[in-house]
Amino acid sequence: MSARATERAVIESRTFNLPADNIDTDQIIPAQFLTTTTREGLGQYCFYGWRFDEDGSAKAGSPLRKHDATSQRVLVAGSNFGCGSSREHAPWALLDFGFQAIISSRFADIFRSNALKNGLLPITVDDSVVQYFFDHPDHAVCIDIAAHTLSVEGYGEFEFPLDPFSAYCLTRGIDTLDFILQNESAIAEYEETGAGHS
Amino acid sequence: MSQPSTLFEKIWLRHLVREETAETPAILYIDLQLLHEVTSPQAFSELKRRGLNVRRTDRCLATIDHSTPTTPPDEQGVRHYATEQARAQVDLLHVNCAEHGIELHSWDSPNRGIVHVMGPELGATQPGMTIVCGDSHTATHGAFGALAFGIGTTEVGHVLATQCLLQNKPQTLGIRIEGELQAGVTAKDVILHVIGTIGVGGGTGSVIEYFGSTVRAMDMESRMTLCNMSIECGARAGLVAPDEMTFNYLEGRPMAPSGADWERALADWRTLQTDPGARFDQLVKIDATKIQPSVTWGINPGMVIAIDEHIPQRTDSATRDALDYMHLRGGARLAGEPVDVVFIGSCTNSRLSDLRAAASLLKDRKVAPGTRLLVVPGSEAIRRAAEAEGLDRIFKASGAEWREPGCSMCLGMNGDIARPGELVVSTSNRNFKGRQGRDVRTVLASPLTAAASAINGRVSDPREFLESGA
Repeated sequence: MSARATERAVIESRTFNLPADNIDTDQIIPAQFLTTTTREGLGQYCFYGWRFDEDGSAKAGSPLRKHDATSQRVLVAGSNFGCGSSREHAPWALLDFGFQAIISSRFADIFRSNALKNGLLPITVDDSVVQYFFDHPDHAVCIDIAAHTLSVEGYGEFEFPLDPFSAYCLTRGIDTLDFILQNESAIAEYEETGAGHS
Repeated sequence: MSQPSTLFEKIWLRHLVREETAETPAILYIDLQLLHEVTSPQAFSELKRRGLNVRRTDRCLATIDHSTPTTPPDEQGVRHYATEQARAQVDLLHVNCAEHGIELHSWDSPNRGIVHVMGPELGATQPGMTIVCGDSHTATHGAFGALAFGIGTTEVGHVLATQCLLQNKPQTLGIRIEGELQAGVTAKDVILHVIGTIGVGGGTGSVIEYFGSTVRAMDMESRMTLCNMSIECGARAGLVAPDEMTFNYLEGRPMAPSGADWERALADWRTLQTDPGARFDQLVKIDATKIQPSVTWGINPGMVIAIDEHIPQRTDSATRDALDYMHLRGGARLAGEPVDVVFIGSCTNSRLSDLRAAASLLKDRKVAPGTRLLVVPGSEAIRRAAEAEGLDRIFKASGAEWREPGCSMCLGMNGDIARPGELVVSTSNRNFKGRQGRDVRTVLASPLTAAASAINGRVSDPREFLESGA
């Protein structure tokens, strides 16, 4: 699996723009590739319909043809990124394709949750910052995860809200399932007292 | 009771294992997890990797629906999957369910169906429950006053291992829908209208409660259609408070409580209402009397117009992108646009009332030459009921294909797709680019509008047939 962004203190990268709102998870990875039973190797299907023609040849006009996976590890996209299907295959595919962080003015809830659980960093900024990136493609950025700052060369430094639970897990060296398992006694008590629904 | 609270807050409170803190989300107990073949394999393998067991197999219920063919098996009894990988995925769910002792409704079950159709049919979906499924249309179960979240595969694993879900407390969005629906206007038109009104991101971070006289008047299947598409405006869940309609639907179903348990459950369920004076974080009012049969013209479910309205002009890049993909002209009408395929099915609109509505128009009529109509019932139970009352014969006589239950062309995972460039009028929930096949253009609509469009071979107002047939 690709290096997890949230395990790195700092991401220094250039940006790659997809300047459209409402990029849904069917675009990120089409349903035809969801018959997989593993998490690995989904990068080849990332934005498949945008990158390839029906016969599997590379699409001439695709903006993704210009993507440089070695230098451009931060994706900048329009608002409501990741809407639609709950498929976790979307962050798996984006990570395997080479992205470590995504910048947008708004993320769809399930996508955001799925991304965080896989170490793909969703960074929410104002529309004006997103627009700056769209006006300045292939731009140098530095993301300091611990300080939750995004430095944009020649533009400024922005704080972004870091998911406090991700920070909580990181500093304790646990993942989200470990956290629930640490509350085993509370779960057992809930079940014994028959709280909630039958 | 002290503070008046919303239905959402009541269900939330009942299921808190541990409260949310500044650093950690709430731990919420989950009463029922629904499973299917697509979003569960990696969750089971994660459990295996960590040496964990399924905590409560009695709170799991599985089916196969997404990757499954909707054509019958051949003479040797062999099912023809789109790919061997699809078959392997279904086989793996068999293995995982057998290994952990989870109830699976597979090919041999008379109850097999689309996961969000089967749960309510079996009475597994009940008021006040928390329900999850690795599928964004899990909100469907909210029609029963259950808090139902669509979740990712990592969370499927969490719930398998711990029966708990981590959640930051959502906001609440009240959608009050008042007034009588016009003839030919259905729950599908209402929810399309709602999404068109608040936008595809309008519900982000929120749980919606739908209420008002229009909602009260809806039967359970209509309420399921309404709640089903809550995710299409970004909401985490959708809810309708339970009432006599809900209880009548549930009574006597196999997994519903019975005897004294039923009476106890009823007494409890009657308390599951938003208290007078309780506040929603946001409130939207919808005048249902003004809603027309509604359709999408673009590439997300918020791009909605009434059937007799004009398509928006090319004023912004999103509209231009949508119009270019859809091969439509800004300012033109969508009604009258030639239709290649009509799909009646999906967890949104594949229930008996949906099939009856479509059949009422198709009876003694033919699907237009050059148009293909695919009718896919939501479950084996619906298929049997439809066949018992002869709906299958009406569809077949009209020239339609009558298929076996599954998700089918809603997302085309099983190979049920249209050809590039074709226009599909679909009763499903998403019109994203390529969703129903490469370069396929999807128009979301109600079963009535879909049937009318099949007959005319063009996007059509169903009221044309209601008036002539009245």
